[in-house]
Amino acid sequence: MNTSTGYAPRNYKIVKHKDKTLLEVAMGPHHPSTHGVFRMDVKLDGETIIDLIPYFGYLHRNHEKLAEDMTYFSTMPYTDRLDYLCSMTNNWAYALTVEKLANISVPERAEYIRVIIGELTRLVNHMLLVGFYINDLGAIGTPLLYALREREKILDLFEWASGARMMCNYLRFGGIREDVSDEWLASCNKLVDAFPYFLDEYDQLLTGNEIVISRSQGVGVLSKELAINAGITGPMLRASGVNYDLRKTDSYSIYDRFNFRVPLGQFGDCYDRFMLRLLEMRESITILKQALRDIPKGEIQSKVPPVLKPKPGEAYGRIESPKGELGFYLVSDGSVNPYRYRVRPPSLINLTLLRDLCIGHKLADTIIIFGSIDIVLGEVDR
Amino acid sequence: MQDTLNLFVMNIGQWLSANLGTLNNPDQIIVEIARWLRTEFGNWGVVGFILANLMATVPLIAVFSGCFALTTWLERKGLGRIQNRYGPNRVGPYGLFQPMADGIKMLLKEDIVPERADKIGHFLAPVIIMIPAMTGLVFLPIGRNIIAASIDSALLFFFAIGSIVSLSVFMAGWASHNKFSLVGGMRAIAQLVSYEMPLILSAVVVVMFVGSMNTSVIVEAQQIKSWVTSDAPALQCLGQVLGWHVFQPWGLMGFLLLFVSALAEANRSPFDLPEADSEIIAGHLTEYSGFKYALFFLAEYVNTFAIIGICTTLFLGGWNGPNIRPPWSDDPQALLIPGFVWFFLKIFVLMGIMIWIRGTLPRLRIDQLMGFAWKFLLPLAIINLLVAGCFYHMEWYFGWPFSILILCKSYAIVVRLNKSKLVNSNRTYTYA
Repeated sequence: MNTSTGYAPRNYKIVKHKDKTLLEVAMGPHHPSTHGVFRMDVKLDGETIIDLIPYFGYLHRNHEKLAEDMTYFSTMPYTDRLDYLCSMTNNWAYALTVEKLANISVPERAEYIRVIIGELTRLVNHMLLVGFYINDLGAIGTPLLYALREREKILDLFEWASGARMMCNYLRFGGIREDVSDEWLASCNKLVDAFPYFLDEYDQLLTGNEIVISRSQGVGVLSKELAINAGITGPMLRASGVNYDLRKTDSYSIYDRFNFRVPLGQFGDCYDRFMLRLLEMRESITILKQALRDIPKGEIQSKVPPVLKPKPGEAYGRIESPKGELGFYLVSDGSVNPYRYRVRPPSLINLTLLRDLCIGHKLADTIIIFGSIDIVLGEVDR
Repeated sequence: MQDTLNLFVMNIGQWLSANLGTLNNPDQIIVEIARWLRTEFGNWGVVGFILANLMATVPLIAVFSGCFALTTWLERKGLGRIQNRYGPNRVGPYGLFQPMADGIKMLLKEDIVPERADKIGHFLAPVIIMIPAMTGLVFLPIGRNIIAASIDSALLFFFAIGSIVSLSVFMAGWASHNKFSLVGGMRAIAQLVSYEMPLILSAVVVVMFVGSMNTSVIVEAQQIKSWVTSDAPALQCLGQVLGWHVFQPWGLMGFLLLFVSALAEANRSPFDLPEADSEIIAGHLTEYSGFKYALFFLAEYVNTFAIIGICTTLFLGGWNGPNIRPPWSDDPQALLIPGFVWFFLKIFVLMGIMIWIRGTLPRLRIDQLMGFAWKFLLPLAIINLLVAGCFYHMEWYFGWPFSILILCKSYAIVVRLNKSKLVNSNRTYTYA
């Protein structure tokens, strides 16, 4: 048995199973809980996971190579399809990188709108995660559908602003595509005001639930050191107690103007990861309230040449996407196409620790550990 | 032939005017009809004999299959409302014909047998699971004198038959030649065998008290006889309610234990591990399609009915309910509202609670599930057994406080012993 990862699983001693036949189960690529086409080859001793090998790539579609044969702008709609639940933040990360590469400034109002839709996207993502997490725990549908109900309202706002509910393609280099109306801002305000009630309802239903607690506490514990060494980012890292939020450390865009806190977990188990999303949603609400209060009137698009030809050079832009650090790395050779285009997908890098988190746990735990990592296969495989 | 038919119709007319015209005892209408039919069939020789026997079983299958259809509708509708959506509403009024549409779909679907499956086992499993499920219904007293088989060892037979379910579930899991099915089958065996213990131990309490395993006798015992036979309607009502075993300390504990074990025995949420869809697809049902799948589904629900029927019979007074004698009747045993109304009302209330639980609770993990059976339910069931024994021999003013005290205390102790040190419900989160 290979235990080279240096991680000692909880309550389980790995012994050599020479004279025992183990059950090897291929969970996926078609499985209700893999959230897409993903396969885990699991070795089982009874119900306990002895070994787990994740396989991905079923959804690989040559995203990075495609982008190198297209103009900078033509890639924008394709970034929607990376993490298809949070297209707005994908757009944002890509736009940020190109703006860095070509030295494009962004007007004030556009920055505010970016923050607003970025935080709304975080709400969408975290709500879905929390809903699906409880769904994986076995509460069939109920919490998920309550989360989806609220998500629909935000998607309505997205549709109003950009014309699409999920594949928004809303951001442009140096601004945004369409300005939002005052009515839009008013509805957004209304939604933001009502949202904490939904969170309270969710809290009452779930966070104190005996079964949720006993199923997820102490499961899939991720230590601080391992999390840092593996390059984990986002809520998963913060659940392990590491204070690292790009909105604070980088304060990209205009995040230094807002007052918000970064919740930190203590134990780094599934429950912390689950709770952290709920707490982050509350912080997102405070950011949204401030942004909606302060948003100025004015331009939404700065001057950008019709044919974008950045000077030769390279740029790495990153934002705190709902799933973690989403980075784009671009190398320009002075032509209309990027010479090299590379995505740093938080989903993929957070997923790499799946085996270490799962070994020694039960089969049912694999599902919730996998669920608590929060991945989207579109981003993992690209 | 024509003459026989004429005679038959004439007989019905005569019988109706003789018996139903007075409606002496509405509770016994079905019994009277059955008895009369049986005497009619008695003249028909062998055919009559077969018909008379079928009369005991066919209505049972028909009624509970109807209940199954209604329950699937109720479950989908109820779950829908819990989950903030409509549920089935396309087929018929309020989607009431949805079960029929589902049934037709199931019948028309291709029956797929995996190539490397154990063909015989794969075929036999859904057939075999129907046997214990349907047989369990035989012992339910649906009303006074309405019972298919009133035998003295009914309860013993019920639990013995019920344990066959785990065999066929494992058969399905093994024969499917699918790893998810196998895991589901293993889970089912572990779960069903473990929960058999608290299930039976919590039912034994009633047997100790009543002194009989005959379900009809158990139901009769849950009346306060002197009140029921009195003339005051209020007393009659109360006499048929307050005597339920659930209104005594050991009975309440026994009922709760039995109901929780019944959830596990019937593979209902939160103990639906053998077919946990988010973990092992559909467990032992993964490789079943078409009518075989429908049979499993039917058997599962009928099994649920049987087990909550036993819950009702043992603790909730069976067909007893707030009921009075019809004023015009001189029969001391007559009841205005037929007993089977109360029985089915209670069954559907319990079913509703199961649906509610299903829409609310997440699933347990396998080790927690086993721990819950062996470390929580079983000790409580044994303590309950002892308490019931003491209660039986004590005067009421001593027995009540004693048993309440002991049960509450032991519950608290068992809860504390079961509390995991890893789990803390009051976590605090810091902000950077």
